[in-house]
Amino acid sequence: MMRAALVFLVLAGAARANETIVSGLSQNRVSITADFDGSEILIYGAVKRETPVPDGPPLEVIITVEGPATPVIVRRKDRVAGIWLNNAEVRVDSAPSFYAVATTGPLQRILSDTENLRHKITIERVIRVVGITDEAAESGAFVLAMLRVRTNEDRYRVLEGRVELTEDTLFRTDVVLPANLTEGEYKVRLFLLRAGKVVATQDRLIGVRKEGLERFIFTMAQEQPLIYGLLSLLLAAVAGWAASAAFRLIWT
Amino acid sequence: MQVYLPIAEVSVNAFLLLGLGGIVGFLSGMFGVGGGFLITPLLFFIGVPPAVAVATGANQVVASSISGVLAQVRRKAVDFQMGGVLRAGGIVGSAIGVWVFRLMTKAGQIDLFVQLSYVFFLGLIGAIMLQESLRSLLRARKPGAPIRRAHVHSWVHGLPFKMKFRASGLYISVLPPMLVGAVVGFLAAIMGVGGGFIMVPAMIYLLGMPTKVVIGTSLFQIIFVTAFTTVMHAVTSQTVDMLLALLLILGGVIGAQIGARVGVRLKAEQLRILLSLLVLAVSARIAVDLLFKPDEVYSVTAGLLP
Repeated sequence: MMRAALVFLVLAGAARANETIVSGLSQNRVSITADFDGSEILIYGAVKRETPVPDGPPLEVIITVEGPATPVIVRRKDRVAGIWLNNAEVRVDSAPSFYAVATTGPLQRILSDTENLRHKITIERVIRVVGITDEAAESGAFVLAMLRVRTNEDRYRVLEGRVELTEDTLFRTDVVLPANLTEGEYKVRLFLLRAGKVVATQDRLIGVRKEGLERFIFTMAQEQPLIYGLLSLLLAAVAGWAASAAFRLIWT
Repeated sequence: MQVYLPIAEVSVNAFLLLGLGGIVGFLSGMFGVGGGFLITPLLFFIGVPPAVAVATGANQVVASSISGVLAQVRRKAVDFQMGGVLRAGGIVGSAIGVWVFRLMTKAGQIDLFVQLSYVFFLGLIGAIMLQESLRSLLRARKPGAPIRRAHVHSWVHGLPFKMKFRASGLYISVLPPMLVGAVVGFLAAIMGVGGGFIMVPAMIYLLGMPTKVVIGTSLFQIIFVTAFTTVMHAVTSQTVDMLLALLLILGGVIGAQIGARVGVRLKAEQLRILLSLLVLAVSARIAVDLLFKPDEVYSVTAGLLP
């Protein structure tokens, strides 16, 4: 009896280790051109295993998409002498410009706290705050406010139950990248979970880059600022003169 | 039709931008103000980052001012001499303004300082102009009332360094126009505007210039102030968005032409009442932001990568 239980445990463990992810993205680069209006990325995949689907707790899938991170300043307005003005601020060392978590079920149920801490899955675990307690008395409220503001801006999203899982093997989800996208590498992470524990992971990258006219203007503004500034003036002068000349023709 | 702006990094409807540019250009051509005090808050409102809005707004004002000034030059309504004197004062004023701007940035309260300057100066100028033009409108309606002379001699005319301004028909000291230019330059650096809304009433009430040449001369002066601002922003902070500017300019230059035509048809007093109401409205809008509790007291600003 003991031996049978042991064999079962070993087999279950082996089966768990044997589950791996095979995945694909509908596109692994996004070009920001002048008419860019957001982009939908299809993330799909399958669970590869040598053994039959193990019994026990059901398979769950979590997919995260993370945009480039920057430091962030959170400011709070207070009423001072009858006027609302920025009165306190807290610096967050690093927060992603975009973050989406798509899952097969409620995060509370499918992901344990320790695994969340280890793999940094929910947005609260992704942002990095080091030693902010000295900056303001209630710095926790500032971090919560940042999450709230960015969620309202549609930058941070929790898409519970939005990963479709078929036959414990095939999964897919759509993540909509917003129109106000920041350039950089977007990291896609895929997690397979059983009983709140991560059993397999995989990372993919989506490159987001300005292209064409957008690239040209951006690069010139950065590398040749004086020429860029003068060119902007020339543009303004020519347009101003052209409109004046055109209207003179129309009115006479 | 959505357009992605390469520097502002937001996607905005192109027709909305053309419309905004058109409305501001229309007002600019009609009143002889650059429209910076309108375009900058409007750009904030549609989600353009403040730094980009200030810099690109200045670039748009260059275009609409050039378009407007050309219409005025043909009507011989630009006093180039006066423009030169104003500009000499303007350089000094803007240098002081940049210095104060840096001090306030260090103190961390530049936003508040800019907002308070908007409320105070727009409110003050708007109120003075409204009162003055209402009074002259009432006087014109009342027959038999004493006619006000165009040139009232005051202490201003006793100052040294007198100069003849032929287009304005004035023979006054260069000191008052230089002072006006300096104040405008100072405010331009602080508030990121051309300063037309200060210059127009100052020319009319302080210098006694005829309304006919005020608009053209003001526009002429604004071109130089905003051109300087645009290049400074492009070089120091790379915040001029050419695509955003182009769309605003396309709407703006057309609006300015129509505005200049409409402005000729209106009476000077009516024009001044309308401008003062507009200035007061913008001032009140910003005051409301300062006085009432905002929906979200927290704001999030992304920093640069270290």
